[in-house]
Amino acid sequence: MSVAVQPVLEVRNLSVALPKGADREHAVEKVSFTVNPGEIVCLVGESGSGKSVIAFTVMGLLAKALKPTSGEILLQGENILTAPESRLRELRCTRMSMIFQEPMTALNPVMTCGEQIDEVLSTHTKLDPAARKAKIIAILTRVKLPEPERIYASFPHQLSGGQRQRIMIAMALVLDPVLLIADEPTTALDVTTQAEILKLIAELQAGQGTGVLFITHDFGVVAEIAHRVAVLRWGELVEMGPMEQILSRPSQPYTKMLISSVPSIHPVHRGVRLDGATVLRTDKLGKTYSGKSFFQKARTVKAAADVDLDIRRGETLGIVGESGSGKSTVARCIARLIDPTEGRIYLGDTEIATMSARKLRPHRRRVQIVFQDPYRSMNPRITVGESIIEGPMNFGLSRDEALARARSLMETVRLDPNSLDRYPHQFSGGQRQRICIARALAMEPELLIADEAVSALDVSVQKQVLQLLDEIRVRLNLAVLFITHDLRVAAQICDYVAVMSKGRVVEYGSAEQVFGSPKDEYTKALFAAAPGRNWDFGKASAA
Amino acid sequence: MLDFIARRLIAIVPVLGVVAVFVFLMLRLTPGDPAAVIAGDNATSDQIAMIREKLGLTLPIWQQFGIWMGDILQGNFGESYFFKKTVAELIAQRIEPTLALAVCTLVVALSAAIPLGVIAAYKQGSILDRFVMGLSVLGFSVPSFVIGYCLIYVFAIELGWLPVQGYIRIGVDFWGFLERMVLPSTTLGVIYIALVARITRASVLEVLNEDYIRTARAKGLSNRVVLMRHALRNAAVPILTVIGIGIALLMGGAVVTESVFGLPGLGRLTVEAVLSRDFPTIQTVILLFSVVYVVVNLLIDISYTLFDPRIRY
Amino acid sequence: MSAIVPDDIVDSASIAAASNKRRPLWQLAIRNTSVIFGGVILLVMLFIAIAAPVLGTVDPTRIDPASRNKKPGTEITYKLEDGTSAKRTVIMGTDSLGRDVYSRVLYGTRVSLMVGVSVAICAVGMGLVIGLISGYVRWADSIIMRIMDGLMAIPGILLAIALVSIWRAGLITVIFAIVIPDVPRVVRLVRSIVLTVREEPYVEGAISVGTPTWILLFRHILPNTIAPLIVQATFTAAAAILTEAILSFLGIGIPPETPSWGNIMAEGRTLFRVFPHNILYPGIFLAFTVLAINIMGDGLRDTLDPKMSKKV
Repeated sequence: MSVAVQPVLEVRNLSVALPKGADREHAVEKVSFTVNPGEIVCLVGESGSGKSVIAFTVMGLLAKALKPTSGEILLQGENILTAPESRLRELRCTRMSMIFQEPMTALNPVMTCGEQIDEVLSTHTKLDPAARKAKIIAILTRVKLPEPERIYASFPHQLSGGQRQRIMIAMALVLDPVLLIADEPTTALDVTTQAEILKLIAELQAGQGTGVLFITHDFGVVAEIAHRVAVLRWGELVEMGPMEQILSRPSQPYTKMLISSVPSIHPVHRGVRLDGATVLRTDKLGKTYSGKSFFQKARTVKAAADVDLDIRRGETLGIVGESGSGKSTVARCIARLIDPTEGRIYLGDTEIATMSARKLRPHRRRVQIVFQDPYRSMNPRITVGESIIEGPMNFGLSRDEALARARSLMETVRLDPNSLDRYPHQFSGGQRQRICIARALAMEPELLIADEAVSALDVSVQKQVLQLLDEIRVRLNLAVLFITHDLRVAAQICDYVAVMSKGRVVEYGSAEQVFGSPKDEYTKALFAAAPGRNWDFGKASAA
Repeated sequence: MLDFIARRLIAIVPVLGVVAVFVFLMLRLTPGDPAAVIAGDNATSDQIAMIREKLGLTLPIWQQFGIWMGDILQGNFGESYFFKKTVAELIAQRIEPTLALAVCTLVVALSAAIPLGVIAAYKQGSILDRFVMGLSVLGFSVPSFVIGYCLIYVFAIELGWLPVQGYIRIGVDFWGFLERMVLPSTTLGVIYIALVARITRASVLEVLNEDYIRTARAKGLSNRVVLMRHALRNAAVPILTVIGIGIALLMGGAVVTESVFGLPGLGRLTVEAVLSRDFPTIQTVILLFSVVYVVVNLLIDISYTLFDPRIRY
Repeated sequence: MSAIVPDDIVDSASIAAASNKRRPLWQLAIRNTSVIFGGVILLVMLFIAIAAPVLGTVDPTRIDPASRNKKPGTEITYKLEDGTSAKRTVIMGTDSLGRDVYSRVLYGTRVSLMVGVSVAICAVGMGLVIGLISGYVRWADSIIMRIMDGLMAIPGILLAIALVSIWRAGLITVIFAIVIPDVPRVVRLVRSIVLTVREEPYVEGAISVGTPTWILLFRHILPNTIAPLIVQATFTAAAAILTEAILSFLGIGIPPETPSWGNIMAEGRTLFRVFPHNILYPGIFLAFTVLAINIMGDGLRDTLDPKMSKKV
């Protein structure tokens, strides 16, 4: 960038105080950076790094509890940190715009999309209704929404998540602002939709020379879209630089650690014995939901159909797919948390798909599951020790025996055995997930199901939990069924991969084979959409 | 849309069925011979025998229910031996004051409660908010007859601005009618205002935390526009729901208010009927109130579709 | 033993913060100003109820034709049992039968508190049992909920009036008549909690480690209902006290000779224009008691059940 250009956004020495009683004093501390015209700057950080706080401070939309205490925010040279609310309102959507993470909730459900964009124009311009409508149709066309006229009159709930995010982008860019702030705009979207939205943002900003402040936690997205990157940790700027430099030659240990934690999308060659006994086999497994009603025809949804899987001892099978692909349905059927409607599940030689709840109980021990949300998967009212020993005691272990087992398992998952009498809220997300693993292992299962078990975790924590899972698999010669939407994670942990789409398995094979030379069209599209697929994080950090 | 209405209509059938069974069983649960209970204390044995015959008391209970239900569905609600009239006539005579009271109360209460609730939410945490919320708790806590007598004491007895009690038919003297409605509808309105103001504040506050409100603010809209155009309409559904549920309070309150202000309405009739153990009248009034309650809530359910395009089941 | 992993360091601060926040709920509750305020008033009322006989009262049912309709503060002479007469000032006057309103109001506290507490306990108890069944036994659910919907379609006070009219009035009848309309609300509350909680991953986790249903219910599901039920119980008690007063005021509640606030006011209706105090004093006591319970309920809801406070 040439020096003569005035940056669209310049943040100088910004500090934002947290309310008293929080775990630290500042949400953001002495952060400075600039965004130049036509440039995409990514703010990257794990949860709690203060990246979103910066975005909201710039827009003046900060929650009242958070107070900026020092610094300046210059929008084209004008300090907006001290500007009155009325001035900020004038600037919003005209000079600076923002799009948000949750397209499903960011639009008013009772107004049509057209009306909502129209509001921007009627607030900030003196255009007559016909001119406004023309302008809206034009921007809807620019964000590549099909049938703009129909979309104009549609309510948000009639559109998909990706379409809603396009509406948000249209709304943000309709008045050609100089700065666009995007707060994790693709995090809630499926990977294929994500790729389209990222492409759209890059195209539109390049065309108009808009400066973009892009907030994300995902280094894949960074590699895809950023010109420059700022890494944040606990509200402080760790380092900043051009994207290639930060990703390939980070100077700070924290950045190095973060980047090396990003799983590579290329599967590692894993020396697995392929002679293990089959632990689980499904035969044409299916789950159909049917809603009955008096007047309408009974609607049936095939959440999963004709799923044939096969897992041996000591082996990890991954099921990957986008939301609604049926991957979790399969996992929950196998754990018999829901009852499958078709097909068979063989656990060893026992068929459990059609077994009555009473007969099933002795077999429950053999399949254990770890859930996605570490904050909801343990009863908050009982100690983690009680949670762990509950299962073994159901199966006849004495309390002392169960406690002894719990203590040794805490060591297995690398937690302090003396913390068994603590409550779940006293542990962090990653620690809770370890405890959930310990609880599952306490049952001495044959099959461990991990249902998006690392998806809610920050990348550095995610890496540790993945390593732990893999270690345990080897040590206990466990069969693992690993459900994930994250291709990188799947590439690193799975021996075999089943790709699901619309309730069916579309491709099934060894990880190397599926990732290396996908055959199915959907699988190809899915991999092509993976952000940062051309960037091999593992290798870069090793270099 | 029609499908939605049709399904709602079908859904109220079991509800009204349960109400009918309960009302029917009421009389059968009373200790003593139902025929004698209906006939009242001064009945002759011939009258009792005739009633027994009519109710089919010798038949199995489900047949008795069938006979009773059949009568009800044909609009034959029985005869009040105490008032010496058919129940239908009795109710027709008494319905106007109750209806008038309900409508006046709704107008008074809603026009006060919704603005109060919105202002309280908008100025959350301010003195005004605390004041409105304080009044609302008070409204829940002071029984309506105490409020009624206080109002009578101040405005009718001490100040003499309004008549103490009584009712004038709307067609006879409109101003006289209005004058006599002011105190009763205010009295009855208090608890309703408390309820609706509270839910309005709560729903508006909840909506103000929604993501799309943040979007609206990010568009550069003023707080007033955000509140009126975005928040209020989204808060409408829970507010309407509570208005519907509150109708029950209104009906219960009418019984008390009519007694305090000497309005010759259905509420007063209910009390008179209970005091004289006039069961056909009690049964019919309860049935009537329940049907009105269910139908009003059905209409409110249907009206949701006007406010929220997502509700199309 | 705990291996030093970044995960642990990152969260140590927030762990400390979190454990601070998680002090037992009842401790938070008893620090809440609304709870303290309401609680103190209720304790005073409880004291009045228990100590009514020694607070300068006379027999609240004693009729004294000689001193009917006295204004508050009048000094009256009345005969003692041994034939001598004594003088006393009637602080709140007397009613049209010459009964001492002050004594009746104080004794009336007993009836109101009794009604409030018993209705709350019965309604919550019955609602809890039925709600658990409804939330957990699928075939029973639709039947129970239809009946509850039906009961809820009858406006509460009218249902109570109907029930009172079936049996001749008495304290037990009145309590029962107030309980019935309240049960469906508790059932719905409990059922909705059960239905939400049973979807929680930790309940599914417990299912997958083979936990028997009754342990599941009592250990993992039931505790979630306690806080909302305490809140519900306070509001139920407040409404019950009001309903009892209304029934008695209409002359269809507790037998008129029993000193209850509703009865005192019912008696004072006819001569209200001349002697408003017969309605005023019991009205103030009634309003204060109910207000105290409601304020306490608000405070409890804010602390015990923050999610609920968003609804009404």
